Amino acid sequence: MAITEENPGYKWVGTRPIRPDGLEKVTGKAQFGADLMLPGMLFGKVVRSPHAHARIVSIDTTAAEAMVGVKAVITGSDFPDLAANGAHASDIDVASNAIAREKVLYEGHVVAAVAATTRDQAEAAAKAVEVTYEVLPHVLTVDEAMADGAPLLHEGMITKGVDPAPENPSNVASKILHERGDLDQGFGEAHVVVEREFTTKPVHQGYIEPHAAVADANTDGRAHIWCSSQGHFQMRAYSATVLGVSPGNLKVTAAEIGGGFGGKTVIYLEPLAVRLSQRAGRPVKLVMDRDEVFRATGPTSGTRIRVKMGVSEDGKITAAEVWMAYEAGAFSGSPVGAAGMTAIACYDIPNFVVEGYDVVCNKPRVAAYRAPGAPMAAFAVESVLDELARDIGMDPIDIRLANAAVEGTQASYGPKFPRIGFVETLEAIKDHPNYTADLGPNQGRGVSAGFWFNAGMMSSATVHINENGSATVVTGSPDIGGSRQSMALMAAEELGIPYESIKAVVADTETVGFNDVTGGSRVTLATGAAVVDACRIIVEDLRARAAKTWDVEVDQVEWVEGQAQHVEGTQPPLSLNDLAAKSGRTGGPISANASLNSRGVGAGFSTQLCDVEVDPETGVTRVVRYLTAQDAGRAISPDYVEGQMQGGVVQGIGWALNEEYIHNPDGVMENPSFLDYRIPVASDLPMIDCAIVEVPNPAHPYGVRGVGEVGIVPPMAAVGNAIRDAIDVRMTDLPMSPVRILEALNEQSD
Amino acid sequence: MAQVHFSAGLRDLTGGLAQVEVEATTVRRLVAALEEMFPGLGDRLSEASSVAINGEIFTDAEFEPVDSDSEVHFLDIFQGG
Amino acid sequence: MARTHITAVVNGDETEFLAEDGTSLLNALRDEVGLTGAKEGCGTGDCGSCSVMIDDKVTTSCLVFAPEANGATILTVEGLADSGQLHPLQQCFLEGAALQCGICTPGFLIAAKALLDKNPDPTETEIRYALAGNLCRCTGYDKIIRAVQEAAREMRGQ
Repeated sequence: MAITEENPGYKWVGTRPIRPDGLEKVTGKAQFGADLMLPGMLFGKVVRSPHAHARIVSIDTTAAEAMVGVKAVITGSDFPDLAANGAHASDIDVASNAIAREKVLYEGHVVAAVAATTRDQAEAAAKAVEVTYEVLPHVLTVDEAMADGAPLLHEGMITKGVDPAPENPSNVASKILHERGDLDQGFGEAHVVVEREFTTKPVHQGYIEPHAAVADANTDGRAHIWCSSQGHFQMRAYSATVLGVSPGNLKVTAAEIGGGFGGKTVIYLEPLAVRLSQRAGRPVKLVMDRDEVFRATGPTSGTRIRVKMGVSEDGKITAAEVWMAYEAGAFSGSPVGAAGMTAIACYDIPNFVVEGYDVVCNKPRVAAYRAPGAPMAAFAVESVLDELARDIGMDPIDIRLANAAVEGTQASYGPKFPRIGFVETLEAIKDHPNYTADLGPNQGRGVSAGFWFNAGMMSSATVHINENGSATVVTGSPDIGGSRQSMALMAAEELGIPYESIKAVVADTETVGFNDVTGGSRVTLATGAAVVDACRIIVEDLRARAAKTWDVEVDQVEWVEGQAQHVEGTQPPLSLNDLAAKSGRTGGPISANASLNSRGVGAGFSTQLCDVEVDPETGVTRVVRYLTAQDAGRAISPDYVEGQMQGGVVQGIGWALNEEYIHNPDGVMENPSFLDYRIPVASDLPMIDCAIVEVPNPAHPYGVRGVGEVGIVPPMAAVGNAIRDAIDVRMTDLPMSPVRILEALNEQSD
Repeated sequence: MAQVHFSAGLRDLTGGLAQVEVEATTVRRLVAALEEMFPGLGDRLSEASSVAINGEIFTDAEFEPVDSDSEVHFLDIFQGG
Repeated sequence: MARTHITAVVNGDETEFLAEDGTSLLNALRDEVGLTGAKEGCGTGDCGSCSVMIDDKVTTSCLVFAPEANGATILTVEGLADSGQLHPLQQCFLEGAALQCGICTPGFLIAAKALLDKNPDPTETEIRYALAGNLCRCTGYDKIIRAVQEAAREMRGQ
């Protein structure tokens, strides 16, 4: 269902046809990263640190090298020393994470890799690599890492963003700060003040497809990589950095990708596969098993967050104070910056301080996870707002309406908001029958909201018109969520030809121009903009060709619904088929390219409504009803917009109720499997009702706003607020698992 | 003169100033002018900021035009997922 | 290590392949028979991406040793369509947008077929519990459940 501001009568945009890659995916033909087989291909296996923090004393590969079927063994010394070459700090971190040099910084950190003729031989060889470690003390949480005298991961780390700069190094990489107004005055004006402290655990993106790459290297230093990624140009760039080669030497083909959610915007296996292939002289396939995915690829940060907020009697937020510490894992770069910018962005608050810390610890380097940084901060802020609403007896939607950011509001992170749709999402929830549905015993209802900037960045597209008037749309954005369909829908709308006569494909790094990653909710907007631009160049070209054919001025030609029409009306129309069939006589093949750094990104808001039932005997929370309202600007593909909304919600429900990393005191992960890292399954959930709100982004030709990420921002607080409503307990530590609910209920009854 | 706003995290380099007016025609010239006013600020902005001009966020803003009506905010870089 | 010779009926065809005793049926199907539709999501039977039918029983093929399949009748996702005609489940998944990345789709199709073969008129709850062994991270399951309901209706001739 859609709440639309005005529908300009699009013919294709907004419809629900079958996506172009669907047939391959339901018949098993689609080729994902691990599906490729090449002649002579070897199987690779990675050797990983068993310790959370240790110095590598020595690596002896002689036994492994001598084993039957082993064709290559590599270690950190097989890669250039970027630190010695004076490279940028962030590049050094990427290279050090790809394979350890002097130290291992987390359990699972890559130490070596082997390639052999069979999987079993590779596994045996990996076990035969002898590594001697000097185990060092480690830190696992922000509390441990920030404590006085904590062991350091990086000896030279001086906290950035602090004035004066600290004298001594620590595990705090940087501080962020946003301030406005006068906090004391603001709290002084409040009728009620609530302060709570929250913790969240690291959670994994949970893509069902483990990382996989196949590399085929030549003796001249060039290589072809097939991998599942969210951005093969980015994989090329990072791999080139780690290998110390020109990106032009690497060709990367995007395999179909089995989920990413941000976790596949970074490299893991690719440079290892290339180096192994170079040493062995044969193609090498490297695939992670599920255990490795959990132990060694970035989850998102665990956090500690304190929120203090005050409201006036009539529900206006007078002051907000937010303190956050985010785990970065082994290298700096947690999403605390985005957390600081999004934590209170939904609301117009005159007095606030938002302070955040990026903290390293001996766990895998965190990777992006759907609106990185925002969900944890929203859990805290939206829970406190819920308490405040209860304390003054105000409806949870009304208190949000009373403070909602609108066009012209100065965002908490600085600039003024242009036209946005937050209020419309709040109203969509309030107007929906779910809002007044009956609740039974042990059931409760919670509301929550969230914001995400969305991104623009760079994309390229080429559109070819085939000789019969059908079209091919070529982009370089790996398709995670159905974006090929959106590209074809926009091209159909622009060219005025049926969707079915358009094929949208994802090309490799040699056959399409540069594209930034598929992430940041940017593909429909940015790659779509490139497709639209290329189509508009073609339409202008077609008008010129028709004018030539009729021997008239171009201004006598209009392009309407796939045909050149003569304004004066004396010439019969020329279809795209007609012009394409005779393109040779009007100038040659019909094709256009567009490359851009996109403009006009529109921010996204989501408001969500959750009903739960809590079993007081077992502590199990069941979601019985869920509604999400999200501003999509314009839903190019309503089916797949709903898909993004529903997927984000369910990841958030898992984050809220069950998912967490469990480490033993040695820093070893104890639950690296889907059995013990419990993501939602079909029997946990009801249908996820969707209300697509359309407040078009004024800066985009179709009004598009990114939709992929914001859906994961509200759910944890929606669930937490519903639990509060059901059992009168405010859960402040995620996940709100049955054990923790029971503990809380027991404490309450004491 | 463009109005330039600094988040609190940058104010260690601006001597505590939250806002200044700067004459410049592009972001690059604006950052150069800021480097002259506050040594070290230019480097930090180039490394760790995206820019919002009149509410629109840019990741590579060097040559974006600014004018006397522009409101410019330097933002922490954030990543999507 | 010498490899065992295995004969099975795969998607209606008598098929022979070699595998070491410790090789999973999943890897044998993918590496030896060339059927890469079944996927490894976990290797420990927890995600259902490797689901195939063995003698009419839906099974996680990552937990079956290849030699155990000798003499069996195996159905993989590649065998669902009949001479190019899609199975109603496949068609309904496409029309209902019941896939995003598609990695879990082969496993879901097999598990859903196994359900509908036994229970042609399942309730929503029955569908959810029958598919609880198949993990999906993209869709939140909503459109998958609806696609199975629609396919069931079609297969009942309604």
